[in-house]
Amino acid sequence: MSKNASNAASISNDSVTPADHVIHGEWHVRYDYPVGEVGAKFFDALKQKKILATRCSASGLSYLPPRAYCERSFEACDGWVEAGLQGTIEAATIVTAAFDNLPSPPYAIAYVKLDGIDTALVNFVKDIDLSDVVSAAARLTPGTKVKVQFVDMPVGRITDFHYVPA
Amino acid sequence: MKRPNVAVVGVGQTDFRSRRDDKTYPELAQDAVLLALKDAGMLPEQIDAIVFSMAPTEFMGVHDCEKWSVDYTWARGKPFMRVHTGGATGGSAVQAAYAHIASGQYRTVLVVGADRITETPDAQQILNLIWDPFYEQDFALNTVTMTALAAQRYMYKYKTTEEQFARVVVRARRNALNNPSAHLKGKIEVSDVMASPRISWPYKLFDICPRSAGAAAMVLTTQDVAKDYCARPAFLTGASGVSNTVFMGDRMGSSADMDIADQAELVKAANECYRQAGITNPMSQIQVTEIYDPFSSFQFPQLESLGFCDRGHAQDLSDEGAFDMGGAVAVNPSGGTLCTNPIGVTGLVRAAEAARQVMGRSEKMQVKNVHNALATAIGGSTQFFTVTMFSDEPRGGATIL
Repeated sequence: MSKNASNAASISNDSVTPADHVIHGEWHVRYDYPVGEVGAKFFDALKQKKILATRCSASGLSYLPPRAYCERSFEACDGWVEAGLQGTIEAATIVTAAFDNLPSPPYAIAYVKLDGIDTALVNFVKDIDLSDVVSAAARLTPGTKVKVQFVDMPVGRITDFHYVPA
Repeated sequence: MKRPNVAVVGVGQTDFRSRRDDKTYPELAQDAVLLALKDAGMLPEQIDAIVFSMAPTEFMGVHDCEKWSVDYTWARGKPFMRVHTGGATGGSAVQAAYAHIASGQYRTVLVVGADRITETPDAQQILNLIWDPFYEQDFALNTVTMTALAAQRYMYKYKTTEEQFARVVVRARRNALNNPSAHLKGKIEVSDVMASPRISWPYKLFDICPRSAGAAAMVLTTQDVAKDYCARPAFLTGASGVSNTVFMGDRMGSSADMDIADQAELVKAANECYRQAGITNPMSQIQVTEIYDPFSSFQFPQLESLGFCDRGHAQDLSDEGAFDMGGAVAVNPSGGTLCTNPIGVTGLVRAAEAARQVMGRSEKMQVKNVHNALATAIGGSTQFFTVTMFSDEPRGGATIL
């Protein structure tokens, strides 16, 4: 971690320092996050354009993102199942404001329950006209069908796919 | 041994605004301590332990700033802990202080915190980093977009209109006119909310809280001590909390056991709080609420989960004025989180405002004949929930079921 701090503006000797004089700082922090055994299997499958969920035979629930343990039965997820590449929107929003370090607006985000899986997985919805927010929102209501579209050359990242209208 | 009853004898909060360039971070916290001790009529040496209320420190920009605040809050030589559950931090901090006293470990406890959010230009960049880097962080989740997603789901379930959310904002800004500490306040119309810039469907700018700087503190003690300092203390009669998975996608769809749109965790939390406080009919027994509402979409699901009305009915009651000052239950006389959001102490401000209502110290915000006042706080990916009741008499309080 490196830390840079310096006086943002120099104060001349004959001026009074005001209370709102600021000291500038920036944080530059780097990380490397291991994906773990469960994550490795999921990301490896993405390279084959497959989405794998973990499943708990005790509760019957299947999880995306994959979980090592079932959060309802407290039993280990003891199997993997392949998710359908179509699904149903459970919640969506259309972002029209710019946030630092996030994509340029507009864009649509949705939680989608893929066929055969018990939980919803977040991703962007692309190939949809967002020029009018109200009408775009009407086309992304819960219950709307979408499908998974993989990039041509998946690399084993969650960004290897996104959703598009079915 | 009988468990001691716990009461609030003093609260303090600074003015909240975008910038507090007149003070550094711990100096702000110190101001709130001074105000709370003065309100309680106590001296620093009468405080036995300190609970520090602070959420992520990346906004104000000094990591784990509670260490900077120890001497400023007169904690030297005393037990000190920081509590952090995101937006629920203040609610959890008050409940930690309550447990300190109810357990018999400490007699008088100070809860204090401060926050300042505009030291960094975009808080939402930091809030995106609360998601894991593997599955969710890449999709522009932050507190605005995550709650917009739940709001869209709520609107679909109950046919809520954008104007019904806007009316919540109008009421909040109007109520805040009576609150000298509030950050945003004023007489606005539904059309003003609707005309504000679109941010993330269904939110416009006015549907979203401001980023506030300021501090708050609260002094809690036993009933025996309280009677010497306060003619009308606010007894803490119910304290409960529920947490849920960070994964919002587990909380929607046919297999979910709780729906994120409904903030259904609060049903469980409210039932436990009401059991402790002896509440069987919230609408008739609770006169005022200070619920955690950083977005206009937060009041309806909360009021429903807290048992004030059936699912899908809060929007109509809101339209009819049931949650106005003088309505069936006064919701957020202070203007709530929609008008003031110093994240690390917002839940503490909710609790302080509820306690002041019971103590009869709310001045222009005061609701008449308050016997029970309810405060909530919510944090994380809408995953940490606290419900706290303040009452004008002890109720016997928590017993383990």
